Amino acid sequence: MATETARAAEVVDLADTPVRELNQRLHDLAGDAKGPRRWRVRHPNGAHAVACGLDAEVEVEVEGHVGYYCAGMNKRATVRVHGNAGTGLAENMMSGTVVVDGSASQSAGATAHGGLLVVRGDAAARCGISMKGVDIVVRGSVGHLSGFMAQTGNLVVCGDAGDALGDSIYEARLYVRGEVAGLGADCIEKELRDEHLVQLGELLVRAGIDDVEARDFRRYGSARTLYNFNVDNAGAY
Amino acid sequence: MCGIVGLFARATEVEDRLGEHLAAMLEQMSDRGPDSAGVAVYRDPAPSGSTKLTLFSPDPLQDWDAVADGLAASFGGSPAASVRASHAVVVVEADADAAEAWIRSHRPDLRVMSAGETIEIYKETGRPEEFVEQFRLGDFHGTHALGHTRMATESRVTTEGSHPFSTGFDLCLVHNGSLSNHNRLRRNLRREGVEFRTENDTEVAAGYLAWRLREGATLEQALEGCLEDLDGFYTFLVGTKDGFAVLRDPIACKPAVLAESDDWVAMASEYRAIAVLPGAAEARMWEPEPGVVYAWERAKV
Repeated sequence: MATETARAAEVVDLADTPVRELNQRLHDLAGDAKGPRRWRVRHPNGAHAVACGLDAEVEVEVEGHVGYYCAGMNKRATVRVHGNAGTGLAENMMSGTVVVDGSASQSAGATAHGGLLVVRGDAAARCGISMKGVDIVVRGSVGHLSGFMAQTGNLVVCGDAGDALGDSIYEARLYVRGEVAGLGADCIEKELRDEHLVQLGELLVRAGIDDVEARDFRRYGSARTLYNFNVDNAGAY
Repeated sequence: MCGIVGLFARATEVEDRLGEHLAAMLEQMSDRGPDSAGVAVYRDPAPSGSTKLTLFSPDPLQDWDAVADGLAASFGGSPAASVRASHAVVVVEADADAAEAWIRSHRPDLRVMSAGETIEIYKETGRPEEFVEQFRLGDFHGTHALGHTRMATESRVTTEGSHPFSTGFDLCLVHNGSLSNHNRLRRNLRREGVEFRTENDTEVAAGYLAWRLREGATLEQALEGCLEDLDGFYTFLVGTKDGFAVLRDPIACKPAVLAESDDWVAMASEYRAIAVLPGAAEARMWEPEPGVVYAWERAKV
């Protein structure tokens, strides 16, 4: 299976190809234009903006650590990083899937509207800041100010959360299995009901995490005292 | 922005090629700081009772032999100036206070960049790639080194406003970030007798650390004091005779990556700068927690 994938994949080595050229080739696939559907990126060596701005049903495997803004603005594509990611991973992602085997630096999934972001290691500060509908699953822990002003979507943290979790949060759901160092302004613990257990279970399955139980999580969300919440608009979130 | 790098050798092969590795790391951080660059290299200890000075002269035609002869006439010995671009290193048979006082009174046209047993500081305006060439960075061997590429925000782009800043005997500081209370702090520190030569915010942080250490704080206590007394953004990398220490402000706006292999310990603003080291892909790597001091020291023999 692995050999077959390797044979089928288009290989781009960033040791001798500029990131701009890689991204242009991937952008050329937008609108379902003809071209390779499987890509392998070698020697990223911390380069910024790897596989950024994709809009096609493609799979990109990155073999190593990436720098800032990897898979930013992603639409439809699946991007897997076999390493760590720098600041702003999958920032403003619209749809598709982004998986990082290692850890991610700050602002992972920032402002993202949709899709699934999985971090198998830890995510740092400000994970899911201002998220707008993305599902983020972190196998490890997240840093301070995660879910800051998070509007909608789900942030699942299998480890611990840093200080000021969910500060000034709107209607996003935050699920944390471990310790929360502190809750931010207007963020409170909420009851974990059956519907949440179902949703959590589905998110964990989609993220390929089978060694934690949904019932071990706690749910956090907005106390709705800070922003101008009107229950008539609840359906909009 | 600004870029920071640090490399601490655990293997002799890394010590032998320290400058080459440092140059490669610095060049990776070039687009984080194209205004100026600088390094502190720890190597070749001065004999006991002597002090190694790194001197800077804005005059490209500086007669460094005359400086060395002047020092020899006052302190004895036969110091020779080892010149790299606008800087020269000279080993003086005197303690640091006496050697620095001599420079201030006899050669006010020169600036002491560093004083210590092993430290040498070199810094200059211009792109990091040019700095690497001009100062022949590839030549350096040494036990550990720090580097900085500057994108200026708080003060002018000058040699003296470049990093690293000396913070005392064999000590130096590089900084990514900007401090907001540096004017008030500079006034307070001046009252304590700390001297400042520029309007630069990092020089104030360096002066603060120098003052705390002079007052008897350990390096760790001095750095923890920054969390209380400095307002602003910072990732600090502090060089000492035996190693280096890292501190990020509690908000952690400025990046930092640490990596460790059997042969070296490295710190950088971004992984790109670490990726150029041998065995980087297999190194243990992590992001330092905000507000926590991380320190490495060579085991004392």
